Amino acid sequence: MMTRSTAKFRIRASAAEVLFSLAMLAGCKHQAPANAAPKATAQGTALVESSGGHQVGVTGTVLKDPVVVQVNDDQGNAVIGALVEFHCPAGVSFDPSAVLTDSSGQATTAVTLGDTSGRYQIDAVTPGKTKTLSLVIVETALDYQERVGAIIADKNCSRCHDPESSPQRVSNYDNLEVKPHQFTDGNTLNKMSDADLTSIILHGGPALNRSALMPPYGNTLSSTDVKALIAYTRAVSDPPYQPPGTVYERK
Amino acid sequence: MRSIGKYLSSSWRALFGDPVRAFGVVSVFLLLILAIAPAKEHFSQWHSYQRKYLALIRDRGDAVSLRRRMQPGIHQIWLPELGVVDRCTTCHLGLKEASLSDVTQQPFRKHPVIPHPVDGFGCVICHGGQGPATTVAEAHHSERAGEEPILPMRYIESGCGQCHQNALTGTPQLNLGRTMLTRYGCVHCHAITRPDGSKIEATDHPPSLAHIADKTTREWLFSWLKDPQAYAASTTMPNFKLNDADASDISAYLVSSSTPHAGDRVASATKPVTAADPAAGPTLYGESFCASCHAVQNAAGNLVGGDVGPELTRIGNKAKPEWLAAWLQNPRVYDATTPMPHYRFTPQQIATLVDFLQAKSDSDYGSGVHLNGATPQQIAHGRKRIVELGCAACHEINGVQKPENFAPELSTIGSKPLAQIVFLPGMEHSLSSYISAKIRQPRAFGSSVKMPQFTLTASQTDALTTALLAQTARSRSMPDSLRVAVVPQTNYQPAGHAGKLITELACFSCHQFNGRGGDMAPDLSWEGSSVQRPWLIAFLHNPNTLRPSLIRRMPRFNLSDSDNTELTDYILSVYQSPAIDADLAPTTTTPDAVEHGRQLFYSKYACQACHIVDTKTDKGYIGPTLAQVGSRLTPAWTYAWLKNPQALRPGVAMPNQNMSDDDAHALTAFLMSLKTPGGRGAKQ
Repeated sequence: MMTRSTAKFRIRASAAEVLFSLAMLAGCKHQAPANAAPKATAQGTALVESSGGHQVGVTGTVLKDPVVVQVNDDQGNAVIGALVEFHCPAGVSFDPSAVLTDSSGQATTAVTLGDTSGRYQIDAVTPGKTKTLSLVIVETALDYQERVGAIIADKNCSRCHDPESSPQRVSNYDNLEVKPHQFTDGNTLNKMSDADLTSIILHGGPALNRSALMPPYGNTLSSTDVKALIAYTRAVSDPPYQPPGTVYERK
Repeated sequence: MRSIGKYLSSSWRALFGDPVRAFGVVSVFLLLILAIAPAKEHFSQWHSYQRKYLALIRDRGDAVSLRRRMQPGIHQIWLPELGVVDRCTTCHLGLKEASLSDVTQQPFRKHPVIPHPVDGFGCVICHGGQGPATTVAEAHHSERAGEEPILPMRYIESGCGQCHQNALTGTPQLNLGRTMLTRYGCVHCHAITRPDGSKIEATDHPPSLAHIADKTTREWLFSWLKDPQAYAASTTMPNFKLNDADASDISAYLVSSSTPHAGDRVASATKPVTAADPAAGPTLYGESFCASCHAVQNAAGNLVGGDVGPELTRIGNKAKPEWLAAWLQNPRVYDATTPMPHYRFTPQQIATLVDFLQAKSDSDYGSGVHLNGATPQQIAHGRKRIVELGCAACHEINGVQKPENFAPELSTIGSKPLAQIVFLPGMEHSLSSYISAKIRQPRAFGSSVKMPQFTLTASQTDALTTALLAQTARSRSMPDSLRVAVVPQTNYQPAGHAGKLITELACFSCHQFNGRGGDMAPDLSWEGSSVQRPWLIAFLHNPNTLRPSLIRRMPRFNLSDSDNTELTDYILSVYQSPAIDADLAPTTTTPDAVEHGRQLFYSKYACQACHIVDTKTDKGYIGPTLAQVGSRLTPAWTYAWLKNPQALRPGVAMPNQNMSDDDAHALTAFLMSLKTPGGRGAKQ
């Protein structure tokens, strides 16, 4: 089944002077449900995200956790049997793309990211009682280099730079006198050039007059590793990173 | 009729009546025919893409250089040794243009950064599809004999796996798939060889069923065979979808063919002493770090623990107490090659653990199973089913031979022609969708399919599909120089009594020595150069926690003093690094050097970010605690480690700080002065 849908797909990079986001009209393949969309038996007044947003995945693969949204009525109670449709930019597919909310008012779908790296805006839409409700969920897709960076960061960096502990890894963030910046901290990292980041990774914090708690990795990581790390921080940065464009003279 | 004839003859005269006019008409006609070829080219698909590309770059800032690099006409990457004839770059014109990173419109997108140049390997090697084709439909979607549509992006890592037989950092999915081939028992039935001819060996440890009646009951076997995941969600044993009669008969055969094992009765004579303290069981289970290898489901339904050994959530339903006692006393008696260490528990400890483990049971599990005694016909039928289903491909079973080549070989499954595949109705006609469907639901392909149902997540299925897709014919035909071989485990075996101890304690299950062993714990190949004798003796007696953030830890074995000393001396003398010379150890331990080292530790190198020296003020939680490092490590090792940690233990997290000799000497002096907690290392 091919449906045509308008979708906003924000791309990371930008050309010369303006930050722009590209609106493109594109056909997107849903994982064709053989039968038609299920029939809604109820409608809600609010659509909220339960889980599955802000995930970082790999281009072309299924996100680790499904996207779950919930339909509520005006009392805030879950609505069962409301139809939720997921709309996608080109390349993203859902399994299923239209689903009725379950007994806890939740609609769940598995998301396969598109083949281009960058941020994907997924629109969840449900026909509400008074007006159509929609919700935007943002996911990030990493390409090969960015994912290598994610793996290197997980091994070498995240224990200090990520304040969250996981069963596999206890965070060291709270133990540090000077708090490291999270890789998603776009407000700080976006202001630093690639050269600055390279230098702080290679030579440690003191290279940029920052804390010596950040050790030098110049003899541990290769230059390919460092490039991958920087590509990864740029990819997950929030707000999104805009690379400085080359300025050309126009005649 | 006549009017048509008249019309024809009049037009013939009009065109060819006059020889000059006839010549003109023929010339025009010829010209039109000659124009077909250039017109076809002009209106061809690739040509229109090239025009669109030119339109796309026209208004860009670097249009001039982009246009200079754009070659009109058909492009081709030809790599005879790889069998690559790729014309993809005819339309995919922006692949190498870094400045097009903002373009998302295909076919002009820039290729993401990968370690290889596009020209060096071509496109179809990773992406599949038909390289020589010059139309989108033929290149991307061809399903004709001997052709294959383009590979979905989710399996792209299979391309890497054709050359790289080793595990790469950038291909976690492929690595997981390859591990699963060996861990989930695939290669017990399906032979898979690597392109260099070496066989992929299984790393799982399917238990022998020769003495199964000592271990468990027929009722448990029945329930297990019906649905292994109902007993232990994490088990790798697949579900054979047996009916009740088959499960009953197979369990009957297994029990009747089981022979009693001498070692299992020795222990049953040791009357289990009932433990007095109810907390003793959990405490001993925790202290012995059973959870490093065995998982148990917690109240929330999550598995907690390692996946080296079987899940123990309902072990009380399965294991007979006397067998469990014998197993805990010495697992190697029942199974000589088990990865489980011989803990040397005291009889009291064994009784405590048996009680504790027996209590891990689910009264509902298998409660409805009542089996009548089996007739000889039923037992014979059970054996027949065992042979048919290939149980003996994984498990040792008395009276049934291990079948050879039980299932199709999968060494070149990644090049299986589409024409040889029977697709299910509604299925996408591609190899990747066939493989993943076969893994997900083998029995959907017909009731005669013997392959059992595995319980896998979507990402595990994708990983396994990726690993299988990498097994291509091309990976075999390419030149050897392009292949990166896998580093196989050595068959290193330590000698003598100490070697026997290392085997009994199953050190190889977690530690690596000289290229053999697990990766859960540090590589000990050079441990002898690293640590001091008194520390190692004390550590083997009672392993304390070196790294506070680790969850899986070294268990405590009740080694006798003489065994302990022997093992320590063996480790210290045999596992020596040639790079470390104890005689060249830095000897400066003057108070000045120590103080200088302390300052370097806290200021220049800020080691407290990761390490603890003063347990009151330091909080670093990543590296080992250094409060008593002076009585743990040798000065020579410490110095060499500070200079280059990766040289001693590749891949270790501690960064190489490129320290000067002087700094390393001073830091060594400082660290070696840290003999007791809160000693001279305390901040002043």
